[in-house]
Parts: sequence; C-alpha cells; structure tokens
Amino acid sequence: MSLTDDQIIKLELKANEIRQDIVKMLLEAGSGHSAGPLGMADVFTAFYFHILNHKPEDPSWSDRDRLILSNGHICPVRYATMAHAGYFPIEELLTLRKLGSRLQGHPERLRLPGVETTSGPLGSGLAQASGYAYAARMDGKKFRVYAFCSDGEHDAGNHWEAAMFAGKYKLANLTALVDRNNIQIDGFTEDVMPIEPLVEKYKAFRWNVLEIDGHNIRQIVDAVDEAKAVHDRPTVIIAHTIPGKGVDFMENLPEWHGKPPNIGETIEALAELRTLAGKIQSEHE
Amino acid sequence: MNKQQNPKLFDKDVETAPTRQGYGEGLVEAGEADGRVVVLCADLTESTKSDLFKKKFPDRFVEVGVAEQCLATVAAGMANYGKIPFISSYAAFSPGRNWEQIRTTIALNDLPVKIAGAHGGLTVGPDGATHQALEDLATMRVMPNMTVVYPCDAIEARKATVAAAKTDHPVYLRLAREKTPVITTNAAPFEIGKAEILANHGNDVAIIACGPLVYQSLVAAKELAEIGIKAVVVNCHTLKPLDKPTLLKVARDCGAVVTVEEHQVHGGLGGAIAELLSQNLPTPIEFVGMPDSFGESGQPEELLAKYKMDAPAIVAAAKRTMERKTN
Repeated sequence: MSLTDDQIIKLELKANEIRQDIVKMLLEAGSGHSAGPLGMADVFTAFYFHILNHKPEDPSWSDRDRLILSNGHICPVRYATMAHAGYFPIEELLTLRKLGSRLQGHPERLRLPGVETTSGPLGSGLAQASGYAYAARMDGKKFRVYAFCSDGEHDAGNHWEAAMFAGKYKLANLTALVDRNNIQIDGFTEDVMPIEPLVEKYKAFRWNVLEIDGHNIRQIVDAVDEAKAVHDRPTVIIAHTIPGKGVDFMENLPEWHGKPPNIGETIEALAELRTLAGKIQSEHE
Repeated sequence: MNKQQNPKLFDKDVETAPTRQGYGEGLVEAGEADGRVVVLCADLTESTKSDLFKKKFPDRFVEVGVAEQCLATVAAGMANYGKIPFISSYAAFSPGRNWEQIRTTIALNDLPVKIAGAHGGLTVGPDGATHQALEDLATMRVMPNMTVVYPCDAIEARKATVAAAKTDHPVYLRLAREKTPVITTNAAPFEIGKAEILANHGNDVAIIACGPLVYQSLVAAKELAEIGIKAVVVNCHTLKPLDKPTLLKVARDCGAVVTVEEHQVHGGLGGAIAELLSQNLPTPIEFVGMPDSFGESGQPEELLAKYKMDAPAIVAAAKRTMERKTN
C-alpha cells in the first residue's frame, strides 16, 4: 500500500492544519507543551489518516488498532489529530486544559473515548502496550498495538523493563515509535542522561530496529509496513524529529519543550504555517 | 461455637495455614470460574502461592522477572484489553515500589487489576525490616477507586480472592507469610465491604481488627472476659470501603474502641476508624500497631511481643481506652 505523491501532499497539508490547531490550542490554554506536539504532527497524521485501522465514529470498536501514547504531555497533537479524524468537533480543541474539558492537560482514558490509556508520568506506556499486545495475542486477535514514546523517557527503568518483557515474549504485534527529538525538560537528552547508542540497545533487547526521518510521510508508512512483516520480535521505529517542527523560532530549542506561545508568537507561528514557510503569499501577512 | 467459626479456635492443635495459601487456592477457583483471569508474578511464584495457578493454567500465567513497575503496568495493559490480572509479589515491593504506576495506570484508569501484597506485616520475621511491609495499607487506602482487603485467615483469603475477581475495579489484597490459626469456616459469610462480628462478650469495649491479628484479638477478648471485661471483636477485613453501619454500631454500643493491625499506627486501619469516628461519633480509641518505627529480624511471636501487637498488648489497650470513656 505504497502512497502516491498526491496522497503524500494531502497528508502533509493535513499535518500543517493540525500544527496550526496545536498552536491555537496552546495559546488558548495558556500552558502546555509546544515542541513535542509540533514535532510529532507528521507521525500522528500518517497514523490517523493512513496507517491505523480505526473507526472514529466508534472509538471502542473491538478490532481497532491500539495507539498507546506513553509521553502524555504531547497530547495536544493527539487531540488535534483525533478531532480532524472525526472523533469529536474541532471547536472542542479550544477547551484544552480547562475546567470540565475532556481534553485534560495529560490524557485520561475515562474522559475521552479513543485515548486508550491515561498517561503523563513517563516510562510506563511501553509496558502497558506490551501487556495489551500480550493479552491480545493470547486471544488470537489480529489488531496491532502501537506505543509512542519520547526519547527522554528512556531514562526510566520501567521503560527498559518493558523493552525486556516485549523482547522475551517476542511481541511481534507490538510496534514502538520513539520520538527522537533530542530534547527533554532540562536540556538535550545526551546532556541530561545519554541514551545512545539507542539502536544497539534495542537490538540487545531483542527488538527489530528501524530508523526514519519522522517528518517524511513515506518513510513513516513504509517503516510501519516493514514492522508488520516481522513475525518473531517487536519492532521499534526510531523517528528522528525536529522539536517545534514547522515553527522556525521554536525548532530544536529545549526551552520550548514545556511552554505555550504568547499571542505575538502565535501570530508569527501561524503566519509561517499558513504560508508553508514563506513558499506562498498569505492574506494574513 | 457456631458453624461459622473453627470449633478448635482456642485449642492447642488448632489448624493453621498462611493467608497466601488461601490466595493461591482462590486464584485457581477464580481462574476456573472466569477465563479472563490471568496471574502475573515478579520472580516470587512459589512463595506467593501463585504456583498453584501456574500449574493449573500455564498459558494464563506471566512471569515478568524482578520488575514490579513492569508487573503493574503490563497488568494495566492486559486489563485495558479485557483480562482480569492478579499481580503477585511481596507487599514491600508491590505496592511498595510501584505505587505511582498503580496510581496512574491502574487506579486512575479504573482497571480491574488485583494487587496481591504477600508477606505483609511484621510477622515476615527473620527477613527483617526491608521485607516487612508496614505502610502498604495506608498507601493503598488513600488511592481513589481502590478497594483494600486484608483477610484474617486462609479460608477468608480464598474467598476474598474469588470475590476480588468479580469486581470491575482495582483491589489490593494484603497477605501474610506465616501460618496462623484458621478462624473462619467455609460456611462463614464473606462480602467485600462487610465487617463481621466474630465474638460478642458484651458492650464494654470494641476491638476492631484486620488480618491474622484478628486471632490475637479473639484471644485478648477471651482473656478480658475472664477478668470481667466484656469485649466485642470485629473482623474489619475490608479497610476500604469501610462497613460504616457495623463499625458505628459497635462504637456506639461500647463507647470505647481498640484498633489492631500489623501496620504503622498511622494511616491504616486505626487511621480509617479514627476518620470515621471523629466525624460521626467521637469515641476514645487506642491503636495497636507499629509505633512509627521499622521492624527488625526475629521470630514472629517475638516481634509481636516486642512491638506490642499480641494479645497482652490488646488487653492493655482495651483497659486504657475504657478508662477514657466519657460516660
């Protein structure tokens, strides 16, 4: 199911729309994380608009693929992508982090159908996805389980416990995707607590390892297809991404990990996204 | 004696069994009744008696190694899919080491994972303070969506395990290592959230106990009766939710309360009863339990005597609380 160029352009434009909504949501919320959600917009778009077998109108459909988000703090990108995919009205995105909202600051399974699990404290998502995959395999289920993890949470023991568990039990129905954007709250990952050599580590834990450009839709889709063809071990896709991708003044800067844009920064960010980084003339300029 | 209590309760040759044995038997029973029941263990399969389930249902048993955080979170994933996982370890490690994982992935998700904390309390004995979980009732009791059950004997532990499998929510089951007297019978009633009055000598003092120290409480009540003090003994096996009507009734009838537990005096059964009574019916209470201290190596009975959790300590506490009665 290789993508046509037309399909790729459509997905890229959709990711751009999602980025614009992320920026608006964060401004409205007045708090939250900017860099991670923007950096993962292409991955989420590829999953919700091409890869996942799912029914937005029936979020608890039993045969759906499961997407477990481990680093819950990037939930603005999940919410925005889910809204665009039809899970709930796009207008609801502006309730992010507000009293009574289904869009909690960190995602909660019992509040928003389709969220799959509650997450925020780091390092626990891969284990939950592993348990999910193990249980589904016991019952011969054919759906796939995806775990999205950050690079920073590779500092946590719970994550590596899960990596050992999934390797031991050869959970081939499990695919992890690591958002390798090189930043975490206190700075660059290799300064805070080096996690490299990541490829070799996962191989040593009995995983199939793929590395991709996390902003290249075709590479994302192809890597997932390749993971499906591996039947004797779980696959991890290390997706190299640019934190803050699409908004020039946020890209690659750790200080944008955990803060929202102000009104001036939002206008600037939206102008850049709407003009596709100056490639087209915008009426908003 | 009635049919709900072991007729040999105070005999020298009373049958004894560890509550973990009842847990293992309960797992098999729950597993037979419901194919969704699975058991996960963190390298303590035999001593948590999870081996009984493993032998019967090898395909539904999952070994995770010495990784209690993984134990809780893998179980959360399995429960999220639709299984009913029991996770077995020592209470000092689970929920000792994996509290946050239990909070976020099990309790906040409100998933039906059953946490079995074996070797709870001081009577783990020679293993010493590192392995004597004395804080787990508090740390589990404060967690929303969590039910906390601490059976008094092996038969009750079996019933509690079977009952836990039937709820759609998280449950913490606290178990003990040592063989202790079998107090109840198969015919005795058991319902999560329903305290049982096991001895009713009269209305001088209410002894509210949980876990195997219910036996010490019954012995203490018998000794109190011999010196003319009439006690009622309540087996409060469910610390959360509390059986408020039964507990308020005995407190009202007696006007003086003793709580008994193998746990810190803060935050466990004593804390729960104090919260209940202070809001509804202020009543003098004495707490029998660990006095804000860690334990040490020793034989179980030596430790219970040293840290004042045995029958003589309960008798002394009953006298103290009665002296504080207001009427």
